[in-house]
Amino acid sequence: MLEIKGVSKYFYSGAGEKTTALSGVNLHLKKGSYTVIVGGNGSGKSTLLNLIAGNLDCDEGEILLDGRAIHKKPDYSRAKWVSRIFQDPAAGTAPDLTLVENFRLAAVRKDPKGLKLGINRGFRSEVALRLEQLELGLEKKLNSPVSQLSGGQRQAATLLMATFVKPDILLMDEPSAALDPKSARIVMQLAGDVIAEQGLTAILVTHQMTEAVKYGDRLLQFRDGRVIKDLDAAAKGKLEPGDLLKWFQQDLE
Amino acid sequence: MFYLTAITLGLALGALCLGIFISLRIFNFPDITADGSYTLGGVITAIGLVAGWGIVETLILATVAGMFAGTATGLIHTRMKLNSLLSGILVMTGLYSINLAILGRSNVPVPFDSASVFNFFHPFAERTYNELLTLLIIFALLVVFLTWLLKTDFGLSMRASGNNPNMARGFGVNANFIKVIGLAIANGFIAISGFLVVQLQGFADINMGVGIVILGLGAVIIGESLMNILGWTKMWVRIGGVVIGSVVFRLIISLVLSAGVDPIWIKLLTAVVVLVIVGIPGLIPSIGKRIKLE
Ligand SMILES: Nc1ncnc2c1ncn2[C@@H]1O[C@H](COP(=O)(O)OP(=O)(O)O)[C@@H](O)[C@H]1O
Ligand SMILES: [Mg+2]
Repeated sequence: MLEIKGVSKYFYSGAGEKTTALSGVNLHLKKGSYTVIVGGNGSGKSTLLNLIAGNLDCDEGEILLDGRAIHKKPDYSRAKWVSRIFQDPAAGTAPDLTLVENFRLAAVRKDPKGLKLGINRGFRSEVALRLEQLELGLEKKLNSPVSQLSGGQRQAATLLMATFVKPDILLMDEPSAALDPKSARIVMQLAGDVIAEQGLTAILVTHQMTEAVKYGDRLLQFRDGRVIKDLDAAAKGKLEPGDLLKWFQQDLE
Repeated sequence: MFYLTAITLGLALGALCLGIFISLRIFNFPDITADGSYTLGGVITAIGLVAGWGIVETLILATVAGMFAGTATGLIHTRMKLNSLLSGILVMTGLYSINLAILGRSNVPVPFDSASVFNFFHPFAERTYNELLTLLIIFALLVVFLTWLLKTDFGLSMRASGNNPNMARGFGVNANFIKVIGLAIANGFIAISGFLVVQLQGFADINMGVGIVILGLGAVIIGESLMNILGWTKMWVRIGGVVIGSVVFRLIISLVLSAGVDPIWIKLLTAVVVLVIVGIPGLIPSIGKRIKLE
């Protein structure tokens, strides 16, 4: 279980002006739950994910994973438990490393990186097997630098890398926003499948109303660094994309 | 004969170029420490050989000293958040005094009868051929070592840290720590060049490192451009290409010198050659695409 307890985050501009990005947020995410977060720009969604992953430090509050406080650990230590996918398909992979080299790093996410040559025939076929299921032809690109892949291919690869070794928490920050509609559908479907298969605890931030309605078993709306709506699976099941649009109209007013 | 000397010197400087390849190409870190760590490797070698040390002890000490210099630059950069150029310049400047203190005066010749890496293999009557053979063996070993290192899990972490530090941290790599280790390894390589060149030339000089960074940079770029134009992208070829770049660069310089240019113009010439190579992509984008430079 992931517990966010009274977490606040402030930013200060050069002139010393204070922005409250998150304001005393409390959340309990059950193991195996898939939470979708919506909210206007600047409502604090990315900040929450950055605090969980350790890219930012909490100013107040604490974050507990299965009872263990993780909010003081550096991001690279939290990688043992937390995996991330960003909006930018380039963010989740190392462009000059080959696809199989990227996967090797993903395979040792939880382990010390020693002087082992880990890319052998067995490893290659294991990666190829997983890539084949995507039906994007990636299994033929094992030795290509990732920079040669399309955005959709990179994002799909990032998702497989993030879940190659099962994480305790999977964080996705608008993973489909930079993709064409077809790639977006493939990536979101893949994410849904992997989350169900591995029983992952996941958070999806999205601006796509159809995605927000289709995926997940809980829906949160953020505004001004606070959770202003929290729907459980039953309530979420009754939602239509139109209802969400109305929420956003209110955000704009 | 003249060109043979250029080739041996180019090979001896190959380790320096490999070091610069690590800092610049793996970590995107233009590391000026090289001027100092190369001289450090050289002065320790000269003093060690004068004092009658064995060649293995001398090599180990020179390499480790270079690694310390790289560690210092890395720590200044990652802990105190100074930018890469400033971190390197600080350590390089400090090293000048340390090097002078070790050397005792500005120039120390190595005694003829002291230990030398070039004493192990002498199948040829001609000294230069023997030197060439020794250097080729050393470079085969260094290229194999570096290729292997960069393919291990540790090496993948190094490359990812330089390429996309956020991604590397996301997969559990302490990117700052690994940068310090990487700079230590790079400067260890660079000190090995100092070690080799002192034995090749027979003396150490306090100013032997002046401008050596640019020389290494030029060699790395020449080597990479050659391999890119040929379309060879395998890791060991890229790494071997760096050593070839070093040799090609020395040959260009010898060629110019043999055409009667006064040696005082060497540094300017080096700078111009590097400028031309680095500048071409900016001036003529179609060539730039093929040789792919940052
Ligand atoms: N690194 C930063 N520096 C300064 N302000 C920031 C930074 N990151 C986010 N903010 C501010 O914090 C607030 C929340 O941002 P964010 O969490 O990125 O919103 P969202 O992802 O919901 O669009 C915004 O007002 C934003 O301007
Ligand atoms: Mg955001």
